[in-house]
Amino acid sequence: MLAYIIRRLFYAIPILIGVNLLTFTLFFVVNSPEDMAVSQLGQKYVTAAAIQAWKKKNGYDLPLFFNPEAAGSGAVTETIFFSKSLRLFAFDFGRSESGRDITSDVSTRMWPSLAVALPTFVVGIWVNICVALLVVMFHATRLDRWAVLIFVALMSISYLFYIIGGQFLVAKIWKLVPISGFHTQGQAWKFLLLPVLVGVVAGIGSGARWYRTLFLEEANQDYVRTARAKGASEIRVLFRHILPNALIPILTGVVVVIPSLFMGGLLIESFFGIPGLGSYMLDAINAQDFAIVRSMVFIGSILYIVGLILTDISYTWADPRLRLD
Amino acid sequence: MKPLLLWSDMLIYLLVLALCLFFLRLRRDPQIRTHWHQVFSTRLGMITFTLIATYVGIALLDSLHFRKALDPIEGTAGDEIFYDNQVTSVLDVMLMGMGERFERTYSAPFALKSFEKQDMKDANGGAYRDFPLLEHAGRHLAQPGDRWPDVLAKSTRALLWGLLAAAVVVGVQRYLLRASPLPWYASWMTQAVVICLGVWLVSISRYYHVLGTDLGGADVAYQSIKGVRTGVLLGTLATLIMLPIAVTLGVMAGYFKGWVDDVVQYLYTTLSSIPGILLIAASVLLFQVYIDLNPDFFAVGMEKADARFIALCFILGVTSWSSLCRLIRAETLKISQLGYVQAAHAFGVSHTRILVRHILPNVVHIILITFVLDFSSLVLAEAVLSYIGVGIDPTMGSWGNMINGARSELSREPVVWWTLSGAFIFMFVLVLAANLFSDLVRDAFDPRTGTGGSAL
Repeated sequence: MLAYIIRRLFYAIPILIGVNLLTFTLFFVVNSPEDMAVSQLGQKYVTAAAIQAWKKKNGYDLPLFFNPEAAGSGAVTETIFFSKSLRLFAFDFGRSESGRDITSDVSTRMWPSLAVALPTFVVGIWVNICVALLVVMFHATRLDRWAVLIFVALMSISYLFYIIGGQFLVAKIWKLVPISGFHTQGQAWKFLLLPVLVGVVAGIGSGARWYRTLFLEEANQDYVRTARAKGASEIRVLFRHILPNALIPILTGVVVVIPSLFMGGLLIESFFGIPGLGSYMLDAINAQDFAIVRSMVFIGSILYIVGLILTDISYTWADPRLRLD
Repeated sequence: MKPLLLWSDMLIYLLVLALCLFFLRLRRDPQIRTHWHQVFSTRLGMITFTLIATYVGIALLDSLHFRKALDPIEGTAGDEIFYDNQVTSVLDVMLMGMGERFERTYSAPFALKSFEKQDMKDANGGAYRDFPLLEHAGRHLAQPGDRWPDVLAKSTRALLWGLLAAAVVVGVQRYLLRASPLPWYASWMTQAVVICLGVWLVSISRYYHVLGTDLGGADVAYQSIKGVRTGVLLGTLATLIMLPIAVTLGVMAGYFKGWVDDVVQYLYTTLSSIPGILLIAASVLLFQVYIDLNPDFFAVGMEKADARFIALCFILGVTSWSSLCRLIRAETLKISQLGYVQAAHAFGVSHTRILVRHILPNVVHIILITFVLDFSSLVLAEAVLSYIGVGIDPTMGSWGNMINGARSELSREPVVWWTLSGAFIFMFVLVLAANLFSDLVRDAFDPRTGTGGSAL
């Protein structure tokens, strides 16, 4: 088990290098630092001196891969590739284009993200499984058919509408909770309630529909017929036989996103004014701050890879027949 | 008049042509024909297909662009004709100037007066402040009280014309398809409703703003219809860019195995480990910088917006092939173990021929299911990307841009709800139809569900 995890961690290295090379190509080769300087400083009336000054300030005045002017190992380290890309591996994210320390920004901003994303995730799965089980109980009836139709209709509504509609209805018309904002002390739940609710409701359509198909696939298996034949009640069949067996496919989709919960949601955070990583990314995109975007791409990939490893580990827990080696 | 062929217009017509050929080719395969027959033998399949076809039709009409010739200016010599910088499409003509009736700012659906007060002068030159009358709504009315009876009368007349048109259209099809066993009546009903709504919308829009006007005074109903082209094109073009990459790499990885497989797996794991939205945002931003630095490439603003649009399709396609590639690789691995492929090997058939003749036709169902499934998710993604600011160019009508503007409108007093509703209705109908249709297609084509094991 441990050997397997270590091996998987080693497999992650080439992938991270690939991610790194890709972002490096996108940010420095396709778009030269000159182009970035021009678009940061404004389109027109940019002097060459201003561009040089900007590049110097942000450390983009170095050569891309090889620096013949520097002595010794400096020839490799004093380059953009080393200072901007390879440093990421040491979790040294450097400074954003506006001069803020990215590492400290990330470490303070991930907690508000988690405060929204984690409850949404847990409540969401619970609600989806309950709804799906309920629908499976009425399989092949009129109710089942209508439920699927409603799921598809819910899926067809853009996430943006859920947020806007939720804010409008719950916060503006009914005035139950504040429209947006964030609080770290006692009042925090008031601000978290609506984002979590919107997140859960928006996920029901696709989530419950997906779980329904998984449950139905299990419900057609022989062991279910056996259980019914020996006289197990419908409730017992659902919870004791179908649910545990459907857990494996559920885990594939679910565990992989757990680490990424730290990244938060782009839309929900920006609409509800939550100072998490999602709104951090959105601000960076709007301000064209490539240093932050680069760092977030790297963090996101790491979290995804961790999620993949966790998925494999969770299989052994859900299905004792599986052995990782 | 001078026709203008945008890149996206060309691509979409090429695409429709290719799709038609593809389906004609597929028709020869009896098994695929039974699958399609299963899809279209349901009423739901007929209804959703008709709706999707309507959207595609609108998008195609909106993809025939031209620039109007301007009237020659008095006093200038020479025969040179100047063309309008505004690009018009065939759809604009068919909507009978719906997009040219601008107001000053917001106005509610069927309103006669503007949404905001404005300084005005009365007959004696005294200044006062009131809601001004709209330029293009209800000007024919003698007094404001006549509005609703007038709307009712005009609607009834429009509906009668619509029914007449629908009767002709349906009548012709009824004659042509009299021997067909499929439930065409479901499609006909949908067509009738669509035609009636269309006739009603176009005719009544000449007297009122059916869905009001937005901040810039543009007709919301017109904006929503213009969003159709963006949505449909994005959904199809992005998928079509993604398909060749995913299919080629997937089939090769599954068939050749070994290092080819390793490389392909490495590629898609790397790509899918990058948060999709960030990758898309970064690519779009970089392309935007490129456009901004090279403004001379594009003659009219529309071409610039179009370039950005195609770039977006391209980026969406290039970043989203990994899941399909994974599916096709797995399926090819399975197929290449089967007896008939082994037999082909034994006969000395070349690799290319085995891939094209024996493997590819057997993964077609996966491609088809993904194509229909991805379409709706791409339409939804467009709205989100436009909201983030890396989507469609704001000058090009799109539902995402409409929703984006609607955020501040809901906090106004009284609430401006019509822009959001317009975008919502048009988007919801398209995505719902596509989702339901994709369910049917999957049920028919997926061998795992088999015939009869319907999800609906």
